[in-house]
Amino acid sequence: MINISSKLVRDAVQELAKLPGIGAKTALRLVLHLLRQDVDTSVMLGNAIVSMRTNIKFCIKCHNIADGDYCHICTNPQRDGSTICIVENIKDVMVIENTGQFKGLYHVLGGIISPMDGIGPSHLNLDNIEKRIVENNVKEVIFALPTTIEGDTTSFYIFKKLKPLNLNITTLARGVAIGDDLEYTDEITLGRSLVNRVMYSV
Amino acid sequence: MHQHPFSMFLKQLNILNFKNYEESSLEFSPRINCFAGNNGVGKTNILDAIHYLSLTKSYFNPVDTQNINYSKDFFVLEGKYVLDGVAENVFCGVQRNQGKKFKRNDKEYGKISEHIGLIPVVMISPGDSELILGGSEMRRRYIDSVISQYNRHYLEQLIRYNHVLQQRNSYLKMAAKSGIFDTTMIEMFDMQLIKCGEYIFEERKIFFSRLQPVFDQYYEFLSGGAELVQLKYESALFIESFADLLAHSIEKDKILQYTTSGIHKDDLSMEIYGLPIKKNGSQGQQKTLLVALKLAQYQFIHQIRSLYPILLLDDIFDKLDEKRVRQIITVVSELQNGQIFITDTHPQRLKGILAELEVDNKVYFIENNLFTTI
Ligand SMILES: [Zn+2]
Repeated sequence: MINISSKLVRDAVQELAKLPGIGAKTALRLVLHLLRQDVDTSVMLGNAIVSMRTNIKFCIKCHNIADGDYCHICTNPQRDGSTICIVENIKDVMVIENTGQFKGLYHVLGGIISPMDGIGPSHLNLDNIEKRIVENNVKEVIFALPTTIEGDTTSFYIFKKLKPLNLNITTLARGVAIGDDLEYTDEITLGRSLVNRVMYSV
Repeated sequence: MHQHPFSMFLKQLNILNFKNYEESSLEFSPRINCFAGNNGVGKTNILDAIHYLSLTKSYFNPVDTQNINYSKDFFVLEGKYVLDGVAENVFCGVQRNQGKKFKRNDKEYGKISEHIGLIPVVMISPGDSELILGGSEMRRRYIDSVISQYNRHYLEQLIRYNHVLQQRNSYLKMAAKSGIFDTTMIEMFDMQLIKCGEYIFEERKIFFSRLQPVFDQYYEFLSGGAELVQLKYESALFIESFADLLAHSIEKDKILQYTTSGIHKDDLSMEIYGLPIKKNGSQGQQKTLLVALKLAQYQFIHQIRSLYPILLLDDIFDKLDEKRVRQIITVVSELQNGQIFITDTHPQRLKGILAELEVDNKVYFIENNLFTTI
């Protein structure tokens, strides 16, 4: 590592280098770039980050990111409230939205069951799900979870929880990589597997 | 030289910073290759390098980075094979802090385990005695490594099984800590375990039923007959279904906070006259059993794959007298093909045996990390 004499620059480099995919070299390059720009550029960047992190909320209903109490999807009257797609995280919502094939609402778990990583069912956003289904007269729940052992475990767990509610439980057609691989799956394939979803079976 | 159409051999081995070696390149005979030299010159390390290129790991040291030359940061092994007349290049690289890379013809594998089975290998080494003296885990690992060399699906199911098992065990600990036990979780893990576990059980059963007669033949050949030695695959799944087994063990599992029953507890019993050979067999009988087991494995893989695995005979004279070794080498050299690597401290003893056989061979003498052909 190059010896940086300014503590101010050093601190900025250190903070940036904590981000995924950014090493010390890249962090230094970014900082030097900002130094060449107007002061405003850095102020705007800093403010946007602070404001994003301190003001962001999570939708009371679906746990997606939101600017208010509810997210832009839950508050959109055009969306079909009788279908809920269950996903692991916010990134999955973005990827599925990108396909343009889904008009229902989401439920973001905020994780996947993996006792090895200290994550049990109680760590997921599942407390309000049954209430949500009953109160909103939901007809179908779609699992869009990873095709891994952890994804299977999570699907089964939620399936058992929802079974008494007597609704259609479906899952993406197999063979579609989701979860960590979701962003690598092309939109057309993912969109098609949503349209061609199948009944969930154990 | 006459060649059977389904042949496989290692033509050239390039070694960089592996164990005691810094940089070496060796050319081999498609049939018999010998390494002679004093104890401690690193003869076995050559066999281990060949083992590495087949099974993606050392036969002796499971920690990859501990096989790097002590003064270096990485090692590279490169094997140039000929499979059915076609060149196959296998690359293995291990770097400190960066893990392991495996390439086949310059293309890196998605998962390293995909390589296992391409080039089957059988090692016979003094270290094998651990199979008798060690815990059941050694024997399970042995069984799994043999089956994985001809059945890709088995290895996948095994990896899956172990993964689910780890999750189940973690959950048992988690539940004990929090005091909340969710039966749905166990139900899910059990379902996944049963699916893979029953398959693994069936495959192990088939494996032993087919291995046993071949083993018997070899044991008789090596011992001169008359002794009653038996291999027996032991599994709780012979007694009840896996589902019942898990259901009956759950209270115990909850208390001990791990999965106490399943195919991860299977074992291979080795008996002489109905008693464990570990306590009731002589050292000679134990050695004979191990060699017979390995040769049976060799023959068995050949039956399934229609090619002879590479046979690695490490310090074979330590296990058997010269007459037996001569017999083994004679049997193998009478096959239409099949490549063998042998280590020995006495170059003249090996030369003597090879002189009587009309089979292509190469003898290396190792001293101060240098190889000379003799
Ligand atoms: Zn929402």
